[in-house]
This record gives sequence, C-alpha cells and structure tokens, in this order.
Amino acid sequence: MDDLIKYAPDLAEGFLENIKLSVMCAVFALVLGTILVSMRVSPTPVLRAVGTAYVNIVRNTPLTLVLAFSALGLSDTIGVTFSQTPLVNSFWLVVMGLSVYTAAFVCEALRAGINTVPLGQAEAARAIGLTFSQSLRMIILPQAFRAVIAPLGSVIIAMIKNTTVAVAGGYLAESAFVMKLVFDDTGVSIPIFLGIVVAFMAVTLPIGYFTGWLSRRLAVVR
Amino acid sequence: MSTSSVLFDTPGPRARLRNHGLTLLTLVAVAAAAYVVYVKFDEKNQWEWKIWEPFVQASTWTDYIIPGLVGTLKAASLAAVLALLFGAIFGLARLSDHKWIRIPAGLVVEVFRAIPLLLLIFFIFYLAPSVMGGGDYAFVAVVVGLMLYNGSVLAEVVRAGVLSVPRGQSEAAYAIGLRKGGVMRLVLLPQAVTAMMPAIVSQLVVLLKDTALGYIIAYVDLLNMGFKIIPARFFGSLIPAAIVIGIIYISLNMALSALATWLEKRSRRSRKTAAPPVAPPGALPAGVTLKGGPGAGAVATME
Repeated sequence: MDDLIKYAPDLAEGFLENIKLSVMCAVFALVLGTILVSMRVSPTPVLRAVGTAYVNIVRNTPLTLVLAFSALGLSDTIGVTFSQTPLVNSFWLVVMGLSVYTAAFVCEALRAGINTVPLGQAEAARAIGLTFSQSLRMIILPQAFRAVIAPLGSVIIAMIKNTTVAVAGGYLAESAFVMKLVFDDTGVSIPIFLGIVVAFMAVTLPIGYFTGWLSRRLAVVR
Repeated sequence: MSTSSVLFDTPGPRARLRNHGLTLLTLVAVAAAAYVVYVKFDEKNQWEWKIWEPFVQASTWTDYIIPGLVGTLKAASLAAVLALLFGAIFGLARLSDHKWIRIPAGLVVEVFRAIPLLLLIFFIFYLAPSVMGGGDYAFVAVVVGLMLYNGSVLAEVVRAGVLSVPRGQSEAAYAIGLRKGGVMRLVLLPQAVTAMMPAIVSQLVVLLKDTALGYIIAYVDLLNMGFKIIPARFFGSLIPAAIVIGIIYISLNMALSALATWLEKRSRRSRKTAAPPVAPPGALPAGVTLKGGPGAGAVATME
C-alpha cells in the first residue's frame, strides 16, 4: 500500500496519458470508421474493394505489429515524423496506429448496424428520389448508429484498454510503462497493479453502462 | 446480391457516369498512394535487393521465421486450450444454482475481462519470479495472461450459449427424469456447443493476435523474430521483415476467421441444435449477422 501512495502521482500522470490517447483515437477512429463503412456499401465496386481490403488487412494484423511498425518502420526507417520531440512524435504515431486499427472494427460494427435497418427504409428513401449519399446520410446511417451504440461502446472500451500497447509504439509515458518502471524499481507490487486496474475500470465500466443505457433509450421502435 | 445493394438503384446513364468518375478517382488515389510509398521507400533505399534477399533464402526461414512462428503457435495453442477450460468452468459456474459459486465466478470473469491484457501480462511477468524463484517467465506470462483474459470472455460465450437453448429443452429433460447434471451434460451442452462454435473460433483469432503482446516482454515469437532478431542479423531488413510476418499473421487469422464463418453458416442450417448461433462478445447487436465475403463481420470482435 505504501508503494501505491508513493508512486501515485507518477501512475496518475501515466494514466492521464492513456486518457489523452483514448480521446484522440476515439475521434479519429469513429470518423475513419464511418468513411470506411460508406466506402464498403457504396455503388462503386472499386471503392468497396478498397474498403474491404483495408478492413481485412488491418483487422487481422496484431495491434502490437501495427504500433511497432509505426515506430520502427514508418518513423525510424522511412522518416514519417510528426514532431522533432521524440515523445510528441511517438504520441501521434500511436494515435495514428491505434486509430487506423480501431477504425476497422468501428466499420464492421456500423456495417452490422446498416443490416439492421429494414429494407423498406432504403426502398422508401430511393422512392422519394434520394441519391445514394443522401439516403446513406439522412436515412440509413442515423438508424445504423442507433442500432450499434452498445457494440460501438465495446469497441471503444477495447480501444481504451489497447492504449496500454502504446509501449510497442515507443510511447514510453502511459500507465503500463510506468507500472513496469516501478516494478523494475521496487519489485512487483499488488496494490499498484490493482490501483491501475481500478483506474481503468473506473473509466470503462461507466462507458459500458452509459452506452447500454443509451442504446436502450435510442433504440428505433419497429 | 448483398444486402447493401438496396441502398442504390441499378444505375441509369447519369449514375453510371458518376460511378465511372468515382472509380477513376479511386484508382488515381490508390495509384498516388502507391507512388508515394514507392518514392518514400526509394529515398531510404528500401528497394535494394540486399535487404529483401534474406527472405528468399531457406536458412532465414528455417533459422528465424519458422522458429518464431512455432513460438507464436505454441503460446497460442496452449493458451487456447487453457482458456477454453477456464471459460467452460467459469461459464458453467456462473449458471450455478448456488449463490456462493455463482457470485464469485461472476466477479472473477468481470474483473479479468476489464483488465487491459498487457497490464495483466506485465503483472504476471513480474509476479512469477517472486513467487516461484528466478527464471524466464515470458512464456508463462503470455500464456497465463491470455488464458485469464480470453477465458473470461469465453466464459461469457459459454453462458450465453447455454442460455440460448430454448427453455423447453431443459423442461423436457427434467420431465423425463434427468437430474441437473444430466440435463446440462446430455441436453443443454451438446446444443450450446454447436451454437457457440463460431463465437469461440473468432475469440481464438483474438487470442492468436494477442500472442504478439509477448514481443513487449521479449518472448521469442514471430513478431520478435521479425522486428528484433532478423533486423539485427540482416542490417536494414526491418521493413521487408515486417511485410513478411504481417502476411503470415494475416493469412493465419483470415484462415481462422473463414473457419468461424463456415461454422456459423453450418450451425445456422443445422438441425442438431435448437439454439441460434451466439454472437461474438460485444461486437454485434443480438441476432444481427453480416452477409458478405469470406470472413465477413459475423466474426468481427475486438475484445
């Protein structure tokens, strides 16, 4: 317990980094996922193929590989950098890698949502003369989003937990890395581990309950 | 026809023109992206035969890539067996009639599902030496971490599977005089297993992918070989190595995903079970599955 109190400020700082990563990635992943799902249901076969290829490749690659490749391959070898400061650079590399990875899952969740929208809705939209992008934007996606709030919540929760893998992307500031440093220093400490776990649960459990409540509240009555 | 095609009509002359325009634009964008990659790689001399050459030599495969793959598969298969056991035990414990079994089991499952896997692996990696004495515990940490986490997710799948069997089945079983154990063993479980097979296999895809976390604690798996050992041995070969092992991971996982899709199709038309297929945990709304190409969304699970 003493260890937990002693290192609490460092751990809290680390956990704040997880939150920062989560917020950034959530925004980018949701936007990118929505673009991808629009591609996957579009009338243009080539766009569909690009979307499908993206999802199948990214979804089947381990996140650790994605992040390690961003750091060692893209940044160190090819020279794709966001900033001169190493820590800032690796922050954005991790945001990029994790968003790219999560977007594939967002896309699949939304695609499942599109399948819950009854045929009649799409047919009616076409019948009143809406184009593909109009019917997608005004009729299909709003209903699809409402149908998959809970699954999207699970995707976001998984993403928050995945921010700990930022170590593989060279971002050595978040809580998993801080915990490792402390363990190197003092040896294993159960209170510290439980402290971080509780911090994560304090974020993920409310998101789970909130999205569950929201999905019941916003369920489309059919 | 895929379901998505209801979103647009058979294109008329103007829509066809627009589609052709979009196709052209996409192709140009893809070509431009490929060109940028080519130029960037060229600037850093990534096309030199010297750094690609190791991957056509048999010795690279037999000395590095295959042992790495074996490391990954060893951890994955052991963890899968243990996770299935863990999942079966805790899933059934959560369905127990006794409060003192049901509540602790539920607590264990919920807690291990909520812990970020990497934290769990780190914790076991540092805890093991202080409990069991010195040694290299990377393998143990990866396997136990994967077991606890995926086992907890599978426990939920098992529970959902048993609950998805219609109640009439267990009522009929009790009516013909079976006891609790017999009802579970002879009636509920056989039907539930068929229903949960697709969800189990897609969770195994997650498990296989997560073995790559071993890279962070220096377990010698495929990723470690590709990112640490091969680039150290053949200087500059990092990107070719990343591409090669990426392809290996993707094909392994796609094969498993295809198996899950096939199993799901089979269980959907099977008459051996009265239960509908169980959705992968948390990924899709109940009763929704995707129609589409191989490895379609029915197996999209991130947890």
